[in-house]
Amino acid sequence: MSLLDQQRASVEGGGFTRRQAWGLFWLLLAAIVAWLIFAVWPAWLNAVLTSKKAFVSAVMNGLTLAGLYFLVASGFTLVFGLMRNVNLAHGSLYLLGAYIGYEVGARTGYWLIGVAAGFVVLAIVGVLMQVLVFRRLEGDDLRQTLVTIGISIVAADLMLAVWGGQTYQLATPEWLDGAVTLPIITAVRSNGASVFLTYPFYRLVVLFAAVVIGVGLWLMLNRTRVGMMIRAGVDDRAMLSASGVNVHAVFAIVFAVGAGLAGFAGVVGGSALSVAPGEDVRYLLASLVVVIVGGMGSITGAAIGALLIGLAEQIGLVYFPTYGVVLTFVIMVVTLAIRPQGIMGKAR
Amino acid sequence: MRLHRRSLLALALATGLTAPSLALAQDDTIKIGLLATFEGPFTVLGEDGERGALTAIEELGGTAGGKKIEIVKGSSDASPDSAVRAARKLVEQDGVKVLVGPLSGDEGIAVKDYAKTQPGVTFLNGASAAQDTTFRDPAENFFRFGTDGAQWMAGLGTYAFNDKGYKNVAVVAEDYSFPYTQVFGFMAEFCKAGGKVPSKSWVPIGNKDYSSVIAALPDDVDAIYVALGGADAVNFLSQYQQSGGSAPLIGGSITVDQTVLTSQGKTRDVLIGTPAAGPTADTNDAPAWLAFTEAYKKQPNAFPSPSLFAHAYYINMKAAILGLNEVKGDVSDGGANLRAALSKLSFDTPTGKVSLDKNRNAVADIYLTEVVEGPDGNLLNKLIKVVPQVNQTLGIDEAEFKALGAVSRDNPSCE
Repeated sequence: MSLLDQQRASVEGGGFTRRQAWGLFWLLLAAIVAWLIFAVWPAWLNAVLTSKKAFVSAVMNGLTLAGLYFLVASGFTLVFGLMRNVNLAHGSLYLLGAYIGYEVGARTGYWLIGVAAGFVVLAIVGVLMQVLVFRRLEGDDLRQTLVTIGISIVAADLMLAVWGGQTYQLATPEWLDGAVTLPIITAVRSNGASVFLTYPFYRLVVLFAAVVIGVGLWLMLNRTRVGMMIRAGVDDRAMLSASGVNVHAVFAIVFAVGAGLAGFAGVVGGSALSVAPGEDVRYLLASLVVVIVGGMGSITGAAIGALLIGLAEQIGLVYFPTYGVVLTFVIMVVTLAIRPQGIMGKAR
Repeated sequence: MRLHRRSLLALALATGLTAPSLALAQDDTIKIGLLATFEGPFTVLGEDGERGALTAIEELGGTAGGKKIEIVKGSSDASPDSAVRAARKLVEQDGVKVLVGPLSGDEGIAVKDYAKTQPGVTFLNGASAAQDTTFRDPAENFFRFGTDGAQWMAGLGTYAFNDKGYKNVAVVAEDYSFPYTQVFGFMAEFCKAGGKVPSKSWVPIGNKDYSSVIAALPDDVDAIYVALGGADAVNFLSQYQQSGGSAPLIGGSITVDQTVLTSQGKTRDVLIGTPAAGPTADTNDAPAWLAFTEAYKKQPNAFPSPSLFAHAYYINMKAAILGLNEVKGDVSDGGANLRAALSKLSFDTPTGKVSLDKNRNAVADIYLTEVVEGPDGNLLNKLIKVVPQVNQTLGIDEAEFKALGAVSRDNPSCE
C-alpha cells in the first residue's frame, strides 16, 4: 500500500486504514473461533450445532484431513507451477505409496520403515517418470497431460491385479494408538464434573507431521538455493535456463519431492483411514480442487486450499451429510468466479 | 462384376461354414449373465457373490436343462447407473436370456426398472436387498430368492431390547435404499418392544473418514446400530476403536459379515459380542449348511465361511438352474415357461426351505447371531436362534404393512 493510498484511506475511512480494518476482522474471527473451542457452550448453541463435541471434532478432523490433502497437493502444485503440466497420475502415486508402505510395514514389522519406504520408492518413481516420460515430451503440455491420464489408468489396473480389490488397513505401532484427552471441555455433567474432548492420538501426529512438512517446504523454497531456482523456474522457466541453471536437474528434484510426498501421504493416510482401489481418483480430485482453490504453483495456496476443502468436507459430513459433497464444489465455483487464478495464484 | 460374384461366393461359403456351428452353439450351451460389483467399495462382496454362483453351477454339474452353462460376467460399482449399464450390455450385446444380479440395494431397484423394458429376459436378484425392489411396483420378470434387508433383521430388535437390555440406540448407516430397509427391519421390532432411537446418522456410501460422525453420536445411548458394508464398515469400526468408542455395537447383516470379519486391522476388539441377524450364520451345524461350506471353500480365495453374498448368489443361481432344468433349457418362448416354473419353485437351500410370495420375493429362515472368536482365532457369527419362514411383511398384515410407508431416512421414527 502506497503512502498516497494510506492517506486517502485514512481520509475516507475516518481514522481506519484498510489494513487495520482487515486486521481487526481477523482478530475478531480468531477470538470467535477461540471462544467456540475453549468456552463451555450455552444450551442454545449446543442445540443449533448438535453438540460441542461434534463441532470441535469436526473441526479437528477437518484440520487433519487438510493436512493429508496438503501433503498430496503440495507436490502436485509444485510440479504444475514449474512444468505447466497437470500430472493426472498424481493420485496413483498416493495409492502406490500406500500399498508399498503396507507391504514393507507388514514384512518388516516396523511401521516407520513402511513410511520411509513409501517416500523413497515413490521419489524414485517420480524421477523415473520425469526422465523417461516427461523429458521426452518437453514443451508439449497437452500430450504430457494425456500421457499422465494413460499412466494413471494403467497403474490403477496393475495395482488392482497385484493387490486385489480388498480394503487394507495399515497397522500403526502401539505408541500411536488410542485416544488422548485434550484440555477442551465439551460439556459439564449435572454433578459439575467436566467432560473433556478425547481425540485419536494418531490423527494429531498426522496433523503435526503435515505442519512440519509444510514449514519445511516453505523454508526449502524460500531459504535455500534449490528453492530459489524452483521459484525462479515457476516465474520464468526460459530465463532460468538461460542463466545457466540445469533446468532438468531442478525438474527432477521437484518431481522426486512431489511424488515422494504423495507416497508419504499414502502411507500416513492409509493408516488413518484405509487403502482400497479408487483412492487414487479420490485424492487426485481432492488435489485438483485444492490447487484450483489455492492457486496453481503456490505452496501457501495449497495450504489454504487444503484447509478450506478439509474443513468443508468434515463439517458438511456432520451437519448435512447428503449434500456435503456439494459444499466442496461450491467453494471451487465461488473461487473460480471471484478469483479465477486461485486465492494465492498469480494472474498470468 | 467378377469381384462381386467372388465375394458373394465367399459370403455363402462363410455362412455355410458358420451356420451349423452357430446352431450347435445355441443347442449346446445356455448363456447366463452374472452381474456383481467387481469394482468400487463393494469389490470384495461382489467377488464372494461370484464364488457363491459358481458353487451352485458346479453343484449342478455345470449344466442347465441339459445345456452347458456359459457365464457372461458384468461388473458394476454399486451405483444404480453402473448396474443398469452392465445389465444392458449383458442383455443387449451378449444376448443373455437369464441374468443373475445385481448385488447392492439401489442397483436392485434400478435393474428391476430396467427389467420392465425387457419382458423377454428373466432376471433373478443377486444379493440386493432393498424392500422396494419387489414390494412396491414390482417387475413381472424379476425374482428374488434371497430375502430383503428388513427380513434379515427378524428377531434382532427384540433380542437387543429384551436380552441385551438396550433401551436407547443410535443408528449409523449408509445413505441408500438397502440400509433404509435394514434400519426399518430393526426398528420395526425394537420400537415395538419399547426402545427409542434418538439419532440417526446417514453417511454417503464410500465415505472414508467417520471420526466426525463418531464424535457427533450422542453420549447417552446404550448401543450403536451400524448398517455399513465392505470397506465402509472396516473404516468405521477401526476409527471407532481408534477414537476410544465404548458403547457396544449392534450389527446390520453385512456389517458383521465374513467380508468384514476377515479384514486386516484392528476391528476385532469392538466386534466381539456384537449381535446381528441375517440370512446365514457361520456356526450353523445343519448338514446342508456344512456341505455348502465345504463346496464353497473349493473356490479360489474363499473366506473361512461363505458370506451372505455368496449365499444369496448361490441361491439365486441355483433357482435359475432348477427353473431351466424344468423347462429343459428352452427359453425360445421369451422365457414365459421359465418364469411360470420359477414362480412355483420351492426348494431346500443350505439355510432351509425357500419359496416365493406373489411379488416373487422369498420367504425363508433368518438367523440371529453374535460375533465370537472361532477356534483358530478367526471371527465367526455364532448362531443364537433361527426365526423360521420370515415373509416380506414381517408377519404383519399386508395392507397394514403397506400403510407404514416406503422406507426412507425418516421412516420409521421413534425418538
